Amino acid sequence: MVDVTPADAVPPAEVAEMELYHPHSWWTKYVFSQDAKVIAIQYSATATAIGLVALVLSWLMRLQLGFPGTFDFITPEAYYQFITMHGMIMVIYLLTALFLGGFGNYLIPLMVGARDMVFPYVNMLSYWIYLLAVLVLVSSFFAPGGPTGAGWTLYPPQAIMTGTPGGQEWGIILMLVSLILFIIGFTMGGLNYVVTVLQGRTRGMTMMRLPLTVWGIFTATVMALLAFPALFVACVMMLLDRVLGTSFFMPAVVEMGEQLQHNGGSPILFQHLFWFFGHPEVYIVALPAFGIVSDLISTHARKNIFGYRMMVWAIVGIGALSFVVWAHHMYVSGMHPYFGFFFATTTLIIAIPTAIKVYNWVLTLWRGDIHLTIPMLFAMAFIVTFVNGGLTGLFLGNVVVDVPLSDTMFVVAHFHMVMGVAPIVVIFGAIYHWYPKVTGRMLNETLGRFHFWVTFLGAYLIFFPMHYIGLMGVPRRYAEMTDVTVMTESAHHLNSFISIMAFIVGFAQIVFLFNLIWSIRHGREAGGNPWRATTLEWQTPQTPPAHGNFGKELPIVYRWAYDYSVPGAKEDFIPQNMPGTFGPSREPA
Amino acid sequence: MSVILVFLLVIAGFAGWWLSHQRLMTKPWLEQGVAEDFVPFDRSGLPTAKIGLGVFLAVVGCLFALFTSAYFMRMALSDWQPLPMPRLLWLNTGMLVLSSIALQCASVAARKRQMDTVRLGLVAAGLTAIAFLIGQLMAWRDLTADGYFLASNPANSFFYLITGMHGLHIVGGLVGLSRTTAGAWNGARPERLRLSVELCAMYWHFLLFVWLAIFALLAGWAATFIDICRQLLT
Repeated sequence: MVDVTPADAVPPAEVAEMELYHPHSWWTKYVFSQDAKVIAIQYSATATAIGLVALVLSWLMRLQLGFPGTFDFITPEAYYQFITMHGMIMVIYLLTALFLGGFGNYLIPLMVGARDMVFPYVNMLSYWIYLLAVLVLVSSFFAPGGPTGAGWTLYPPQAIMTGTPGGQEWGIILMLVSLILFIIGFTMGGLNYVVTVLQGRTRGMTMMRLPLTVWGIFTATVMALLAFPALFVACVMMLLDRVLGTSFFMPAVVEMGEQLQHNGGSPILFQHLFWFFGHPEVYIVALPAFGIVSDLISTHARKNIFGYRMMVWAIVGIGALSFVVWAHHMYVSGMHPYFGFFFATTTLIIAIPTAIKVYNWVLTLWRGDIHLTIPMLFAMAFIVTFVNGGLTGLFLGNVVVDVPLSDTMFVVAHFHMVMGVAPIVVIFGAIYHWYPKVTGRMLNETLGRFHFWVTFLGAYLIFFPMHYIGLMGVPRRYAEMTDVTVMTESAHHLNSFISIMAFIVGFAQIVFLFNLIWSIRHGREAGGNPWRATTLEWQTPQTPPAHGNFGKELPIVYRWAYDYSVPGAKEDFIPQNMPGTFGPSREPA
Repeated sequence: MSVILVFLLVIAGFAGWWLSHQRLMTKPWLEQGVAEDFVPFDRSGLPTAKIGLGVFLAVVGCLFALFTSAYFMRMALSDWQPLPMPRLLWLNTGMLVLSSIALQCASVAARKRQMDTVRLGLVAAGLTAIAFLIGQLMAWRDLTADGYFLASNPANSFFYLITGMHGLHIVGGLVGLSRTTAGAWNGARPERLRLSVELCAMYWHFLLFVWLAIFALLAGWAATFIDICRQLLT
């Protein structure tokens, strides 16, 4: 196994440009492209489109919650369908696909100094299977009975029974098939992201010189490759329960006085499988965000990242720990108390590496030359939001606090803060940061600032009151609560207020989309490196980078990714591919 | 969920070993210049395709470990009635072993550039793998003929599910194998052919290992083994 074929023995710096697949027609260049950058844009556009659907669904839910009884077309069934599809789309088809399929595809090859992903053809297949998964998902809106209304966790037995929308119709089947397709497609892409980081790095780019963005995406992909099979297993088994009448998850059920054919199955088994995927999923979305935020903060504060090694260790540590905390989503499933104790402990331990990361971000900002650019604003918004969401996570990680709060809006507010708003503001920051590289033009500054302030303040005005009504005892998952004692008049008013804010924040996103499209033509010319950043993607000969990324010769890396404001250097940043020794701190101690 | 946790522990061991070679303790801000001066172990010398297949096999292993976990959890419930193992499965196991051996021979021959042996090995491996699949289908038919239907008991459901999933992976492997075989006849570059044959062999050995594990699981030996482990531990 030690001897290698000659083609692989050549160091990447000398790999000729000819090795790449070159498109021959318009179709293979823009549609069935094997270029990771094109695939990244395809992934991002598809994820954004389906994300808009989920945004509209959240509006419809807020219409019902804020103004109950006003809109006849929002029946309880429809409300549950909105909840389910909103959750599933946002978590999987938007966030996972955008961070790994979108940013992963665009940034990994450029940042590690590769011409493309290592298996471009498989990478292309990955996108098309993802698109198919999205289409199957969308088709469930038009199927008889509509999409499934089982809740985004799809808990059996209710998920496949008559009372649930889509349970005995097409909804749940299409949902499960779509998830299975998504996982197959993702595995194809994920193999590429991991192996490209392992094998595609250019000369001099050691693991410890990688930008933290790559570390975050790399670790998240490894986690996703190991966690998604759990969802795959759960989906296949539930599909068999629903279609062929097996009893993996289905206990004996008497429905309308009639005994169903299922017998003896275990709904808890599904919960274990689902959350074995579901908890790592939180970090699959969070780790790329952690990595991207580190780079945004360092670049826009013109200062090296504080504690790079700690940041890497924390990313790896969080990734490993996140596999042994899944049952904290199941405190109310009637588990053994010692079991709950174990999972509460592991859950709280995760707070340590996470806190290290937060301290390091703050210490990077400390006495930095902070430029309040839009990416920086979003990055700082992330720190605040993530700390907020993390703190309520400490509440909910404890069994005794979680049990009474578990079914209230407090939980909804918590996970929207930590897993909704926090990663989304990073995505926005990242788009404002890398848009100039993708298109060659800057996004409009005024519209951007408007977008930031409305989104940031608006998100807080939505989710802060939601914590409060949760603590008042207002339950989640209810389509309508008009005459219940917990729904005091003030809770009603707050609900209406939240709904109005949700509309305003939603409209700010339409301004953002307009900005994205308008700036392709009319944005200010950006040049190759508008943020004066050090990482390799800003050092490409063309902007946007051409097929093959780096022209004739691949860059050689001489330093880590955070050489900002080095004393003695001519400029306040030194690109990774610039040779030479700078700075007084470089003498061996 | 203990099976999957043990599996992940193994993966974590690999990851830890690899990470320990990545110089996580260095201070990258102090090191300038081309990294080759201070990095003996950077990229692996293995071909990229092999690393890719290795990562994929980890995912496949994860999938089957999860099925096994679910199997043990569902087994603990009261309605579980084990089903008899068709004798045919032993023959099928033999077929799959032969298939693996044939590919191993092909892989050795490819290293020595003996093209005829390579072709023979590839065809033999393909035929025995197809024989395995047909044997599995016949085992299914025997079981249904004896009244062990998919939905009548969870033990049956798991049997069909897990063997079916394994069979699908063999079918996927056959696609790769047939492309390699076509390459062996159409005169692919020797290094390239050797790599494809080695990849096929790696995949085949892994699926043989998975099959032996799930055979032990479905026949009930794995449960006995775990019971013994549990008694030793408590």
